[in-house]
Amino acid sequence: MELLHALVIDPIGAIADNPEFLLEVVIGGLLTGVMYSLVALGFVLIYKASGIFNFAQGVMVLFAALCFVGQLQLGMPLVMALLSTVAIMIALAFVIERVVLRPLVNQEPIILFMATIGITFFLTGLGQLVWGGDVKTLDIGLPKDPLIIGGVLVNEFDLTAAAVAGLLVAGLALFFQKTSIGRALRAVADDHQAALSVGIPLKTIWVIVWSVAGIVGLVAGIMWGTNLGVQFSLALVALKALPVLILGGFTSIPGAIVGGLIVGAGEKVAEVFWGPAFGGAIEDWFAYVLALVFLLFRPQGLFGERIIERV
Amino acid sequence: MTFIKSAICALAGATALCGGFAAAAWAQNEQFIPRLVYRTGPYAPNGIPFADGYADYLDMLNARDGGVDGVKLVYEECEDGYNNDKGVECYERLKGKGPTGAALVDPLSTGITYALIERATADKVPIVSMGYGRADASYGPVFPYVFTYPVTYWEGADAIITYIAQQEGGVAKLKGKKIGLIYHDSAYGKEPIATLEKLAQLDGFTFEKFPVSPPGIDQKATWLQIRQKRPNWMLMWGWGVMNSTAIKEAAAVGYPMDHFIGIWWSGAEPDVAPAGKAGIGYKAAVFHGTGTDFGVIRDIKHYLYDKGQGKTKVDKIGEVLYVRGVINALYDMEALHTAHKKFGNKPLTGEQVRWGLENLDLTAARITELGAEGLIAPMKISCENHGGHGLVRMQQWDGAHWKYASDWIEPHHDLLDPMYKASALAYAKEKNITPRDCSKTQS
Repeated sequence: MELLHALVIDPIGAIADNPEFLLEVVIGGLLTGVMYSLVALGFVLIYKASGIFNFAQGVMVLFAALCFVGQLQLGMPLVMALLSTVAIMIALAFVIERVVLRPLVNQEPIILFMATIGITFFLTGLGQLVWGGDVKTLDIGLPKDPLIIGGVLVNEFDLTAAAVAGLLVAGLALFFQKTSIGRALRAVADDHQAALSVGIPLKTIWVIVWSVAGIVGLVAGIMWGTNLGVQFSLALVALKALPVLILGGFTSIPGAIVGGLIVGAGEKVAEVFWGPAFGGAIEDWFAYVLALVFLLFRPQGLFGERIIERV
Repeated sequence: MTFIKSAICALAGATALCGGFAAAAWAQNEQFIPRLVYRTGPYAPNGIPFADGYADYLDMLNARDGGVDGVKLVYEECEDGYNNDKGVECYERLKGKGPTGAALVDPLSTGITYALIERATADKVPIVSMGYGRADASYGPVFPYVFTYPVTYWEGADAIITYIAQQEGGVAKLKGKKIGLIYHDSAYGKEPIATLEKLAQLDGFTFEKFPVSPPGIDQKATWLQIRQKRPNWMLMWGWGVMNSTAIKEAAAVGYPMDHFIGIWWSGAEPDVAPAGKAGIGYKAAVFHGTGTDFGVIRDIKHYLYDKGQGKTKVDKIGEVLYVRGVINALYDMEALHTAHKKFGNKPLTGEQVRWGLENLDLTAARITELGAEGLIAPMKISCENHGGHGLVRMQQWDGAHWKYASDWIEPHHDLLDPMYKASALAYAKEKNITPRDCSKTQS
């Protein structure tokens, strides 16, 4: 009976008593979900184009943010620091393609995945070696004040993050749909061999896609870094992106966005209304449980490509 | 083939010989200090300054005095990443080093402290959990090898509630108030709960708990709950990124910062700096002074930084966690000095250092001699009391510096000492430990 109270009667009662609060929690969760999506997008881009699950995406977020804030602290103007960091991330993509990916062409995906673990350790060490291990404050003037809209609390920063994510997705959609490089990327994502046979240079495509993932990482790093300060913990936001990917599908950009929104809202509602039944602090594992439930019914995720095995 | 074999044999011989030389080197007048540190990972911003402060103090003593009472100090750092399993691995790797093994161990983690208590006690290596760890280990008869001085989490919780009572106009005014605790969901974060529940019962306030999954990079749901429940005061037991995130989220939901008080591990520069202006007014407990205006810090600067040595940048040496690392080392070395008086000026075993810790008597005069006047308070450790003075004061962040916000607050020993004893005796019963009779302990 106690369990029934804790799991059903109390949460439903709390929601019924204060539906405005539920709305506030859902909106807060959706806006947090956008931040998860920003990280998940980087994973999707690389997975789409190369079939590699890039374990290093979280550290790329950290590395990009470290380079950006580090240059700002050295006195570089904002725009210059931004452009310089973009250049660093493109250079990094070149190095990764030349040193890591090219020697491993035609290897099993698990080998490439292991290689990205190596990249993770390398970038973690390099970032700390060059920029130090202390927390760096990142303030580029984004608004952060709380707002009450129709009795619901939202934060200006979360709204800004949502707008940035929207712009980023729109930009990526245009890039993929309207440019020749985007078409080539989609061709590679569909079939490597067929793309090669029609003259699409796989190596160049890999450099481009890792560069784009690096730039997406920079945007995610700036948004998360503004929120948390630029420090090693930024790399851990990748853990928040994993359930988003499972849910939305590893190959779908809209999936990363919708997945982020579902995970964000779901985990916040679970934490606030069902957390007390489990002693609290359930949102991290709840996101994975939610993703696992989706896996049972749609292994490819909401928007992922259907897995068809011909025998 | 023969050549390769010969080369391998030669190499093996050389290694053995070098090993022999190394053993001989240990046998000289050196005291080995194992260092469990975290310079990488999510807790590195907090672990680095502490490790730097500790190392700088030892290096300064070696440079200034040739060590402690002429016994040179050698140390080796082992990276544990604030992980319990790695902490135990580091302890096992380092405990046998040096001519006499590890003098003592400072885990800088409540989780690692819990994991080491039985091992270190069996190995006769004292654990110094300065301002962290298992609070009931202050009861020396049950925990002969664990030292929690100068203050425990229970005392911290008690002192913060005393401070809140002062702000509200007396203990009676706490009745009907709501006090919340946002905590790192780990052994560390849960440590003050029993005390706060007891105080809630005694003082008549409502106590609300808000756990945060480590490392705590996302706390939106927690702070929405806090906003909904509207506690009059919020306490925080956080570490690493959890602290700065909590301060930012508190500001994001409009929680009054001057009613938000952290424990001493939630009150350093890396905790407030990322929050920027949002952190202004935030308060935290502290058990020591900070800054550079102390003899010991000046000596570190003179003997190390002025000579281009030192582990960090010179502008970092007055920061809270750096200074706390220095203080931890100062306490440890003073225990060695105390033990030297009984056992002679030579490398000591863990058992001998334990005697030094248990007979530590930091008088005001001795503190002045150590260049730590105003940095630490006088303290006497005994067989019965491994917890020290328990004095705590509040500090407040003004956007650039920490400023004191209260005088020293004396914990309610009459309330806490029986709690330590009862909890320790329950542990002793569970583990079949016969508590020592302190009246028979040799001093």
